[in-house]
Amino acid sequence: MYTTDMYEGMIAETITVQVEDGTAINAYFARPLGPGPHPGMVLAHHMPGWDEWYRECARKFAHHGYATISPDLYHRVGHASPEDVAAHARSVGGIPDDQAVGDLAASMRYLRSLPNSNGKVGAFGTCSGGRHVVLAASRVAGFDAVVDCWGGRVVMDDSELTENNPVAPIDYTSGLSCPVLGLFGEEDTSPSPEQVAIHETALKEHGKDYEFHMYAGAGHGFFYYDRAPYRQEQAVDGWQKVFAFLAKHLG
Amino acid sequence: MCTMIAEKTAVTGCGKGTPGWMQINQVTVSYDHPSEMTLEHALNIDFVDASQKLGPRIAVELTPDSAQRLVELINVALEKGAVVDPVAFE
Repeated sequence: MYTTDMYEGMIAETITVQVEDGTAINAYFARPLGPGPHPGMVLAHHMPGWDEWYRECARKFAHHGYATISPDLYHRVGHASPEDVAAHARSVGGIPDDQAVGDLAASMRYLRSLPNSNGKVGAFGTCSGGRHVVLAASRVAGFDAVVDCWGGRVVMDDSELTENNPVAPIDYTSGLSCPVLGLFGEEDTSPSPEQVAIHETALKEHGKDYEFHMYAGAGHGFFYYDRAPYRQEQAVDGWQKVFAFLAKHLG
Repeated sequence: MCTMIAEKTAVTGCGKGTPGWMQINQVTVSYDHPSEMTLEHALNIDFVDASQKLGPRIAVELTPDSAQRLVELINVALEKGAVVDPVAFE
């Protein structure tokens, strides 16, 4: 816990991370100053793109002691304002799941390679990012905790499967290698409470370590203070649950 | 892409935005998170010149009800247009 007599400082900047296909993608990297060791966090941005909220989010995690990297998952779509890039990503059917998993895995390995890593790395994502972190932690070893905030389309009908999204994340549940914290809103439609219940049943059936919280009076995106779905009470409680969960599993 | 509901088609036309008039040859219609409207989901329309990757974009975000009324109005205008200008509709 931070107290007012503590020294605090961080560096936050854009770096590049070389991913599996050899591409160097941009990433925002915010980390506490000092020798560490620090646990790491990989952030998967939401559908509206690699935007200001995610930069702020990275600095928030750094403030709480995590070396935090937020890769631009739309890097290959091109570069313009975040909303224009996101619109273009949507027009081409989103990004391939394999690519997102690869980019998140490379980011995780980057954090593990740091000399002041404590050897633990978690992942956090909201909206499509919640789906992406569940997918990454289910398909790639090396994540120690994952936070899924209202990730839609973890549960998918066969009719929703596409070339970019060929397998529903829930179908990889047996491979999930770390505990999951899930935060959802009762008024959300993607994921709906029914879909969250299906996901929870799968986690239970596979004996996975999970903690799900369904908030009344909240829908999709209730952490986004700059948008109408923001719900102050639920967001404050949600952030407390995020940091308590990470402290337990990442140290 | 939380809903991933996005349909795309080629079109021929022009649009006017901040940079002025531009060629339009692709439109994407999606029902997903809007950028500006204070809704979880909206009917979003993006008119672009697909030859310019991430070039100017004419974006519209509508409530579902507004989008339905727009569809109705477009159909009404097209029906009336077909009466006065039948050759153009062949």
